[in-house]
Amino acid sequence: MRVSATWHLSCVLLIVLHFHVSEQSTTAAITERSNEIPTPNPSTSNATNRTSTKKPIDNNDTELGTSIDSLHNNHTNFSSTTTKKPDTGHHSSTFELVKVHWEQVKSPLVFTIVVIVASLSKIAFHYSHFLSSKVPESCVLIVIGIIFGVILRFSNTSDKITLYTPHEFFLYLIPPIILESAFSLYDRTFVDNIGGVLLFAVWGTILNCFLIGLTLWGLFRAGAMEDIDFTFVQVLVFSALIVAVDPVAVLAVFQEVGVNNTLYFLVFGESLLNDGVTVVMYNVMQVFNGFETVTVGHCFLGVAKFCIVCVVATLIGIVCGLIASFLTKFTNSVKVVEPMIVFGFAYVSYLLSEMFQFSGIVSIIACGLVLVHYSFHNVTRKSKLAIKFISKVMANACEIIIFMFIGLVTVDQTHDWKTGFILWTTFLCIVYRFLVTYFLSYLVNRYASSRVRKISYMEMFMISYGGLRGAICFSLAALIDETAIPAKNLFVTTTLFVIFFTVFVQGGTIKWLTKKLRITLAETSKEMCINEELSNHMFDHMCAAIEEIVGYTTGQHHIKEKIYRIDDTIIRPRMLRNATSTGLDDISTYYEKLVMKEHYKNLQLSGAKLPRVKTEIRHLDSELALDQMVQDSSERGSTEDIREIDERREQAMQEEHRRHGGNHFEFFSSTRNSNRKRLYLD
Amino acid sequence: SSNQIVRLYSRFTRLDKNNRGVLTREDFLRIPELAINPLGDRIVHSFFLESQCETVNFKQFMSVLARFRPTKSKEIKNKLNTREEKLKFAFRMYDLDCDQKISRDELLAVLHMMVGDNISEEQLNSIADRTIAEADEDGDRMISFEEFKKVMERVDVEQKMSIRFLN
Repeated sequence: MRVSATWHLSCVLLIVLHFHVSEQSTTAAITERSNEIPTPNPSTSNATNRTSTKKPIDNNDTELGTSIDSLHNNHTNFSSTTTKKPDTGHHSSTFELVKVHWEQVKSPLVFTIVVIVASLSKIAFHYSHFLSSKVPESCVLIVIGIIFGVILRFSNTSDKITLYTPHEFFLYLIPPIILESAFSLYDRTFVDNIGGVLLFAVWGTILNCFLIGLTLWGLFRAGAMEDIDFTFVQVLVFSALIVAVDPVAVLAVFQEVGVNNTLYFLVFGESLLNDGVTVVMYNVMQVFNGFETVTVGHCFLGVAKFCIVCVVATLIGIVCGLIASFLTKFTNSVKVVEPMIVFGFAYVSYLLSEMFQFSGIVSIIACGLVLVHYSFHNVTRKSKLAIKFISKVMANACEIIIFMFIGLVTVDQTHDWKTGFILWTTFLCIVYRFLVTYFLSYLVNRYASSRVRKISYMEMFMISYGGLRGAICFSLAALIDETAIPAKNLFVTTTLFVIFFTVFVQGGTIKWLTKKLRITLAETSKEMCINEELSNHMFDHMCAAIEEIVGYTTGQHHIKEKIYRIDDTIIRPRMLRNATSTGLDDISTYYEKLVMKEHYKNLQLSGAKLPRVKTEIRHLDSELALDQMVQDSSERGSTEDIREIDERREQAMQEEHRRHGGNHFEFFSSTRNSNRKRLYLD
Repeated sequence: SSNQIVRLYSRFTRLDKNNRGVLTREDFLRIPELAINPLGDRIVHSFFLESQCETVNFKQFMSVLARFRPTKSKEIKNKLNTREEKLKFAFRMYDLDCDQKISRDELLAVLHMMVGDNISEEQLNSIADRTIAEADEDGDRMISFEEFKKVMERVDVEQKMSIRFLN
């Protein structure tokens, strides 16, 4: 009797616990990312806590996301009830000095270890010259991800680690990358070439998508592939997502080699805007997939939706950027708040767009550009540096995580390998990219040759060869709903294969090809020349005036002048804190940078150990150099011969004197004072 | 092309309020945008340099505008449109007194017009000095046309100084 009583008691306890816990897990799954539910169970709340420490917003969760999460919750529930039962049921009678609470820190710990390992591998990669000269970084990251995946698979813990949820990817990992790209996109060359960039991004993507989709469908019908279960619209969904270009490797090569600015921004801008366009097309196609039949009316609606999405997303981004800039007008006394406002508003613009199913990527790009234009003048120097650097760090970290996940999922995924489909896809991707790029470049050269610089054949080749696929197409593929599109596994496998192929084969050979083809590089001795800057401005004014005389009111110079004027007179005074301060003008800022750089060179040669200041204007940041100087001078000891230093100093002094005869120091003292006043406002 | 010439002529006549077949300075200055443009009167002045009198007829109007056509590498026969000519036009923007040299004061004046009131005098002085020092090779503290050309050789003048409309 007694035995049965205790047995009944423990059964009831078990059942109660199980219900209690499962009830919690279902509620946790439903109100997934809200942190109002105090889940006393630490391991189930582990997953939700990790996601709720970031901004908790209720979104339209995909089926996949919730099912995986609830599965995970239940699973860890089960494991934790077995471990927890002795705790809650009976108090442990032994006092343990050291207890390993693995469950509590598992997820964040694994993530952090992954990120650290990736950073270490990046360091190792850069030190090994053999690897870094042959192979781009993304390759190494993927390989490490695969190794990790294999390790996890064989240690049978893979089902306990949070599986890759593409929804999280889109919510958390993508925005920092895009924001950082938007910050570095702000450049005169980009604005000059914006026509070409838009042409490549929008039309190029659309053309590519439809061509690939139609060809694949045609081949399937003609029987060149195996039997696969999909319809035409589903093929279009697939081709929409496979077009997303991710030229990280190409840009890295370009930066290293130092190609000319126009090409760099063309490729860069194209890839960024192309991501936004791809996501929109993907969504539209998925909507079409839901319909039984797609009529012409639907097609028109699709096109209209596409236009609306792009325009409204840009507007949202601009509005958020303007509000943020306006707010930074007043944050002079609370400097810590500035990065928070900047990042907060950028992220808000992304999420707002996502809420309406518009393109969050486009709006975050617009927001970033507006922020650079206005709020970067408002925030203090330190905040500006902090913002730039934080965004870089976050972007890098997210990229690492993404590539790792690609490797991880490769090992985990249930693959569906159909040789014909996969090979055809890869082949078509490459071929069509070449064709479309050449075609569009031809159009640009023929019809807009004075607007955009002519694109040479070698450059066209580089652009098309650099069309690597990356993280975005992978997550779009993983995001596909299996019930709506049964061929999902096939698509994922194909995407993975295409990514691998492009990253390893094309990415691997691109450096070698650059050397072979001798692309036009930027001028090697990029001396900063004030004459050039001055004359650039002068030409602008001149051409605007001529256009006005001629009555060509839609000339690009004219429009630019008009925009600048509106900007200066109306918007800037509202947005900027001290709109009439010195240093806002292009010429004077350029000049200051130039002189600062030379001053540092001077100081360096006169004995102080200064870091080499980069010659590119884009990277020149005197404040950073100043801080680093203070640091370095305390670290390094002078190991060089005094004689050598003297010699070099003499040479450099002579050269400097020849170049600007003495006025240099006068100017420097005056700007130094004004800079001090301006920079150190605290 | 003849189409464009017709358009330009209609613009010319529209500018010419008194219908005399020539343009005077007031006609140019009546264009609103030109007044705000920093280099406005210099450009107007350059039109009159062509004609060497107080009026500009259509032929002179066209010859100045011809300098702004985008260059095609194939046609070299249009001698008004070479890189040299474009550079000369730009040089004349700076050089007010037409002595074929840009002195420091002329440079200062241009800088002043372009930059506005945001910079202090001494900074402007320094910028002007720096500009001259960079370009000046024979040490005469003035920039001659040859030196100007040398400095500009890295700048893509053909592209910057071309307006597609005039193609």
